[in-house]
Amino acid sequence: MVRENFEDKLQELKDQVLQMNDMAKSAITRSLIALDQQDEQQAQAVIDHDEEINKMEDEINDQAIWLIASEQPVAKDLRRLVITLKATNDIERIGDLAVNIAKSVKRIGNAELPQEKQDVLNTASIVEQMLDLVIDAYLEEDLEKAFEISRIDDQVDNQYGDSIQKMLKHMTKHPDEISSITQLAFISRYLERAADHVTNIAEGIIYLVKGKHVDLNN
Amino acid sequence: MSIKETDQNNTPNPKNIVYDTQDLNLWYGETHALKNINLSINEKEITAIIGPSGCGKSTYLKTLNRMVEMVPSVRTSGDIKYNGKSILDRSFKVEDLRTRVGMVFQKPNPFPKSVYENVAYGPKIHGIRDKKTLDEIVEKSLKDAFIWDEVKDRLKENAYGLSGGQQQRLCIARTLAIEPDVILMDEPTSALDPISTLKVEELVQNLKENYSIIIVTHNMQQAARISDKTAFFLNGEVVEFDETETLFSNPSDKRTEDYITGRFG
Repeated sequence: MVRENFEDKLQELKDQVLQMNDMAKSAITRSLIALDQQDEQQAQAVIDHDEEINKMEDEINDQAIWLIASEQPVAKDLRRLVITLKATNDIERIGDLAVNIAKSVKRIGNAELPQEKQDVLNTASIVEQMLDLVIDAYLEEDLEKAFEISRIDDQVDNQYGDSIQKMLKHMTKHPDEISSITQLAFISRYLERAADHVTNIAEGIIYLVKGKHVDLNN
Repeated sequence: MSIKETDQNNTPNPKNIVYDTQDLNLWYGETHALKNINLSINEKEITAIIGPSGCGKSTYLKTLNRMVEMVPSVRTSGDIKYNGKSILDRSFKVEDLRTRVGMVFQKPNPFPKSVYENVAYGPKIHGIRDKKTLDEIVEKSLKDAFIWDEVKDRLKENAYGLSGGQQQRLCIARTLAIEPDVILMDEPTSALDPISTLKVEELVQNLKENYSIIIVTHNMQQAARISDKTAFFLNGEVVEFDETETLFSNPSDKRTEDYITGRFG
């Protein structure tokens, strides 16, 4: 096999994307623990760590751009690098959404949250599974897993719709809780957005393997 | 009728085929150098031929103007039609073919004459003697080859005094002077520096308005940048022939993918 050096560099890049995804997933998980325990300190830690994820994105992108310039890749190699640039952007956005969740947790503070909090946490665990699945799909360039993500995303969208309905009802009955429930609704929305970013990555993987564009978000 | 259907009905006419190669086989003695080549090359397009050394791409190019016949042990079977006429047929006069089909080689090969005489040489052989007509042909050919501004004050100087990139564009001007239909180019930029290469590439793209161009190149980015269609040759066969964009972004044959991504062997 020629171009061993290039192959090694691509593998290094993949390892870094894996590491970045772990960081974003950990940020989401910690923001949800903060929600579950209504722990403002945990929430602040998520906010403080976001800078590391951003830095990681810059590092990966610099390397991918250098590989494009120096190796002049074509076909699948070029798609592999381009989707890496796009995937890191989505992962970085997922990190930002974890920060948004953490900020909402801080705004909620000690206010009592209704039963709907559990619904949000249930949705969150699905999003965490999606993050595991998408990184497997990316590393293995596995189409089946990529398509599976779009099916799970539909489930997240449905759950999001249901929980928003429930929260609206709850608000009408408990106007004094409007402020905290609004924050909970935001968190629900952030999770739904995170699932969309995971789905974008899955679309990129399908483009990488097949060379054709698909829209899984519709 | 929907808009889409209207669009489909209005698709432009397919381009004329300048070279139609059918079941072409070629042997150098016992060596089977070209195997069952079938290629239709469109008029006024740039067709790139890529492939590793020894794959038959230059042999194929030299078959298109019958230069390959200069090798004594060559045998061919099959057919190449140039504008509908079989050129491998012995009754087809090779001189007629060479006036319609110009060729540019890997290394610039100007004659050891002045810049002017290099370009005027072909038209003179074809019987043009009038000084004014020759002047016009020389100026137009040099302008079309994007070199007029650089040599207009040096027309009487020896062509060997020009830089490599200028010499190559002079050779292209010399080819244009006989007003061919087709220009065959065998790695025309492999001996040039990057800037000269870009100038020649730009020139080639401008020439396709009036000429059909077939270019053999080892530089895959060059094929991707300038050609409309690309043929990938391997071991004397055409593995894949497609729109350049498709061939370089999503090739259908694994061997093409391996070659263009540099994973060959």
